[in-house]
Amino acid sequence: MDQLPVIIPMTLLIFSLLTPLLGQVWGGSVFAATLCGVFISTIASFLALDRVLTHGTLYYDLGGWAPPVGIEYVVDEVAAYVCVVITTVSFLVLISTRRWVLKESADRSTGIFYSLVLLLLGGLTGIVVTGDLFNLFVFLEISSLSAYALVFIGGRNAMLAGFRYLIIGSIGGAFYLLGVGFIYFATGTLNMEEARLLLPDAEATRAVQAGAVLIFAGLGLKMGLVPMHFWLPDAYQHAPSSVNSLISPIMTKVAAYAMLRMFLSVFPHGYLTDIVPVADALVILGLIGIAFGSIAAASQTDIRRMLAYSSISQLALIAVGIGLATPLAFVAALLHIVNHAAMKSTLFLAAASIRLQVGLQKVHNFAGLGRSMPVTMAAFTLAAISMVGIPPTAGFFSKWYMIQAGLNQGDWAVVVVVLLSSLLTAVYLFKVLEQAYLRPAKSNIVHDSHDDTPSSAIRTEVARAKESQIDVWAPLIILAVAIVAIGVFNVVIIDNILRPGVS
Amino acid sequence: MNEIFSSPLPLIAVLIPVGAAMLIALTTSRHPNLRDSWSTVAAILLVVVVLLMLNETRQGRLAQMTIIELSPGIDIALRADPAGMIFGGLASGLWILAGVYAVGYMRGGNEHKQTRFFSAFALSISAAIGVALAENLLTFVLFYELLTLSTYPLVTHRETEEAIVAGRKYLTYTLSGGLLLIGATAWMHVLGIDATFSAGGFLHQAGLNQATQWGLFGMLALGVGVKAAVMPLHSWLPSAMVAPTPVSALLHAVAVVKAGVFGIVRVMVFVFGSALLQEMGAWIVVAVMSGATIVIGSTLALRHDNLKRRLAYSTISHLSYIVLGVALLGPIALTGALLHIVGHGVTKITLFFVAGAIHVRTHKDNVSELDGIGRQMPITMGAFTLASLSMAGIPPFVLFTSKMYLGWGAAEVGQQVFLAVYLVSGVLSAGYLFPIILRAFMRTSPDHTRYGEADMRMVMPLAITGVLALVLGVLPDFPFHFYNLAHAVADSASGLNSTIVGGVQ
Amino acid sequence: MIELISERFPYWATMLLLIIGLYGMLGKRSLLKKIIGLNIFQSAIILFFISGSMREGGSVPIIEGLHSGAHPHPEDFVNPLPHVLMLTAIVVGVAITGVALSFLVRIQREFGTLDESILLEEVRK
Repeated sequence: MDQLPVIIPMTLLIFSLLTPLLGQVWGGSVFAATLCGVFISTIASFLALDRVLTHGTLYYDLGGWAPPVGIEYVVDEVAAYVCVVITTVSFLVLISTRRWVLKESADRSTGIFYSLVLLLLGGLTGIVVTGDLFNLFVFLEISSLSAYALVFIGGRNAMLAGFRYLIIGSIGGAFYLLGVGFIYFATGTLNMEEARLLLPDAEATRAVQAGAVLIFAGLGLKMGLVPMHFWLPDAYQHAPSSVNSLISPIMTKVAAYAMLRMFLSVFPHGYLTDIVPVADALVILGLIGIAFGSIAAASQTDIRRMLAYSSISQLALIAVGIGLATPLAFVAALLHIVNHAAMKSTLFLAAASIRLQVGLQKVHNFAGLGRSMPVTMAAFTLAAISMVGIPPTAGFFSKWYMIQAGLNQGDWAVVVVVLLSSLLTAVYLFKVLEQAYLRPAKSNIVHDSHDDTPSSAIRTEVARAKESQIDVWAPLIILAVAIVAIGVFNVVIIDNILRPGVS
Repeated sequence: MNEIFSSPLPLIAVLIPVGAAMLIALTTSRHPNLRDSWSTVAAILLVVVVLLMLNETRQGRLAQMTIIELSPGIDIALRADPAGMIFGGLASGLWILAGVYAVGYMRGGNEHKQTRFFSAFALSISAAIGVALAENLLTFVLFYELLTLSTYPLVTHRETEEAIVAGRKYLTYTLSGGLLLIGATAWMHVLGIDATFSAGGFLHQAGLNQATQWGLFGMLALGVGVKAAVMPLHSWLPSAMVAPTPVSALLHAVAVVKAGVFGIVRVMVFVFGSALLQEMGAWIVVAVMSGATIVIGSTLALRHDNLKRRLAYSTISHLSYIVLGVALLGPIALTGALLHIVGHGVTKITLFFVAGAIHVRTHKDNVSELDGIGRQMPITMGAFTLASLSMAGIPPFVLFTSKMYLGWGAAEVGQQVFLAVYLVSGVLSAGYLFPIILRAFMRTSPDHTRYGEADMRMVMPLAITGVLALVLGVLPDFPFHFYNLAHAVADSASGLNSTIVGGVQ
Repeated sequence: MIELISERFPYWATMLLLIIGLYGMLGKRSLLKKIIGLNIFQSAIILFFISGSMREGGSVPIIEGLHSGAHPHPEDFVNPLPHVLMLTAIVVGVAITGVALSFLVRIQREFGTLDESILLEEVRK
């Protein structure tokens, strides 16, 4: 049981080595092996959460070297909770996307594909469990590298998007590393908890301030925070369907988690609010991002690009929560991490399902889909309602607590922007629902896509389109139900996990 | 005085229509008769449950159900207090009739996607009952938003360009209103106020400064004012008339707009309370706005030839009767306002039913086309005549009773201006409705087509509601004890002793 | 002024390299030059860590003669930890460069060019 912190990421990393080898021998087993790896990690995450709640924070010294010499893994309530979200959502998404992976990738490359996915997940969970600043950088780069590759394989248009993503992402990682360097030379330690103890003495130095700014700039880039968001829409739009439903709900969220970790575990209380104006900057950029993302999403015609801009806006909401830097705001941000993971994976999976089933990705061609793909669209609708923030769906509650946090701080800008963003979200999502449910199906479809992914070759008429298979839509329904369940039982999550985690 | 007991009845009342919606969706259009019978069965069950709760409420025992803690410190909870029972009784009682009527209308008009229509219809009723029984502000907001959402498919049912545009407008208005309510609710929570409705209000105990009071009042009043269609927030309502007539009838004469008006009652009587509003002077703002809406709405109704649009403006005007009655802050005016919720619901639903019956039978939508229709559809137009007399406030119809109270209430608090507003608007109501009756009965039809009465499923409900407009005027306590309830609410709101009192003292 | 520059010489050198690297990544049209820019950028950070670990007069941190009772002082040695970290950072950098180069190969095969503006036009078509 004491090994749990290391089991979560290591299982994924080990399986990422095994799957390509397995793929060489017996291609059919690759998916099962991947799922098995993620499943073990999911179970470990749940066990870790349970153990944290009963026994308190888990510590693990990697390789038996005690900190500060060795690397320490720390799993507290928040880390366990984020691990559970990552592994569970990816488990469901993987099941749902199996058919598309087979469709989208050549036979022999499925092993490589799943290896990259596992590497990505291993990196992400690693970021969550590590208690070491430099180790976080390594995991950040592991996950980013696999994400670059996964985006890149999305076909002709994805290539340039993937390359740009690589350049921008590497700059982000390098900024972070540079910031860590400043912190290290000021304190002499890389261990987060020790840095927290040593930083007060080093507070005044300009080096630490520069370090804080660089760390947040780097993570902001990875997170797609306005104005560092420009890589994100291209990357999400052109990535293969099976990839964007995985990286969009999880990847940027983990960067947000890393930011939160800086507030909770690295910088002493009040440091980022009073001495370096990082928190204020986060709030302001977040508010701009919420408005910008929603407005930009409303003007998109491609569903994936629309959802990508929507992600920018939702991530900005999390950034606002982190920037407000009160326990309630942290709770709101953490709640939105799970909410957005569930909502965005549902939306992206539904969009991908439509694309693979009917070959459509332009919203104005969605007419009649409500009738031909009822289950998929029902899940989409539920997620959309939650995105708008109608109670008692999950999306309402993150906004609800965020507004309260804003009011507590007397920050009316937060209240107004968060409330208005609901309306803006309704604008672009109801545009989709209107098409799907209220317009009659067209029999001849106008030219839809110009990219040369294999799927766009399949172009059936919407009216005759069929619902996707059960293994595709079942995870979708589970996620959609989860959206309501999280909303209704949000107090359970908050009281047991989040409040102890952020105090 | 009054006692609160835990009972699952309020939750059952909310869940019955949800169950009906699910059964309707599962039955689908393969078994239309079975599907359409679910609504009726559920409506009857709902009325039984409401009557059971009502029986307790009248004895001062309020059924209460706490469902779950929705946010730390705030429960989602339902309570059958007298004010809620007025709205709940009205909505559930009229659902039976509207449900039967809707079947006749949808089948008669050969409408598409009937399964979706009836499911959403039942869900809207559920949300309306939830609005009625909400025990605190957050629960109210939750059902208020769900009401918006579940009526959206009804407004856009026709799926024409016009319907889609109307749907967008509807969502924009009502969602914005909902956001203001959410903001205000969060604000109260942050201020540490327990937003459980209580007759006479609770905010005066909180010791807030003036700016906060006005801020909260502005957000709450605007938030519910949107659905109450107080000018200038009204323009979604005439657009939403593009919906099929049963929707206009039940939802835009009863459930949705009455939820807005009921929200005004909750905000002004159960959140702020008359003492605080008097002190703030906030009532005068609401009174002037609603007074203006009454006159302007009635005047605009005169100008519209389309029957449903005319009725829509009439609705806008009459909703503000209620808002004004509440804003006058007197117990008599409040009694009148609550009775007007009921009376206007029964009366206006008749008028809409008639408009729908004429549409299905003759495809005529404009007043100018209705020459001689009275001789061809005597029962229908007879009901229309009864309802029109009620609208104009002729004794002994139901709206005479409520208007009498409203006017009396205005005089009681020394606001003769508003008494004049009520009187003028009564004349205007006659002005936009009586010419229709004259046309229908006195003139002869220009075309030679002989139209008979519409389907029985449509004629029966409209005849019943038409007669009810008369019966409730004579026997206001039949069968839901509306008069007693209204009186009890008014008494408890002004702190008088009474046999039954709403909310916790 | 001169004193400031000479005292903080490693910082200025790092800054200069960072700016050159950024310019390479954002200003150059050729994708290959962008990768070169990225490498310069990463090297700057490595340089920063290494220079930070330096100590005037310090020697290689290999401690001998512990058994004979000598007490080594930390001030006599350069800080070994940043060197270790940078070994890892170099590995990460190599991995990124490798992935980036493999991207370039695919892009060259697909489009026949590595010029960003031409590629953008190709994609927009």
